[in-house]
Amino acid sequence: MTCRQVVELMTDYLEGALSPEERSRFEEHIAGCDGCTAYLAQLRRTKEILGRSAAEPVPPAIQAELLEAFRDWRSHRQV
Amino acid sequence: MAYVRDRGVAEDVVQESWLTCLRRLGDFEGRSSLKTWIFGIVINTARARRRKEVRILPFTSLWRRDDSDRRKPTVEQSRFGSDGMWRSGPQSWDNLPESKVLGQETLERVKAAIDELPPKQREVIVLRDVAGLEAGEVAGLLGLSPENQRVRLHRARAAVRRSLEDYLR
Repeated sequence: MTCRQVVELMTDYLEGALSPEERSRFEEHIAGCDGCTAYLAQLRRTKEILGRSAAEPVPPAIQAELLEAFRDWRSHRQV
Repeated sequence: MAYVRDRGVAEDVVQESWLTCLRRLGDFEGRSSLKTWIFGIVINTARARRRKEVRILPFTSLWRRDDSDRRKPTVEQSRFGSDGMWRSGPQSWDNLPESKVLGQETLERVKAAIDELPPKQREVIVLRDVAGLEAGEVAGLLGLSPENQRVRLHRARAAVRRSLEDYLR
């Protein structure tokens, strides 16, 4: 496998979608290739950073509106 | 924000979805996780809203092609030699300070990169990597084959990585 091919298989690898044979050829390549090792680490890191980007707090005004909507809904249901 | 044009509209969608969730909570049967069920409602609400908006947008904006379901090279081909091996390999990020890698500026870059993705890639990466849903859940919610889900995810992650590479050096 060439580096050009390996980089395009990285998501399939991370998702466990490679066949056993493809997987071992992939891992063999990575073991001997600094560039692809770094690229795979960067993709993992990218995924981690994406996960953190969700941690943005809900703006107070929106939170108040949503709670308001919830209270309305509850009081209608209890009637 | 993956579906509609601005923050105000996105807030409306959240508000409306929230009400729908409350109204239909009694119908939730536990066949999927509650989180997936809620995302299903948000996606439907956002899509309905987008359909309404598309009608009032200029006709030309419908012509932007989205080829996200095709496998295409995600790394600039000039970075490889004629033998297909790296000519200029990526620089490792391992020696960068965590404060930079996970800093506010990095998160801003990631958000900007997500905004620039074609919609089909954007919805997959947001549901998978930002919201943390499983591959099967996302394929089910969006009506995609497992293969297409992966192709879109791969292209989206590669694009976000590329924009981080310019910043993290």
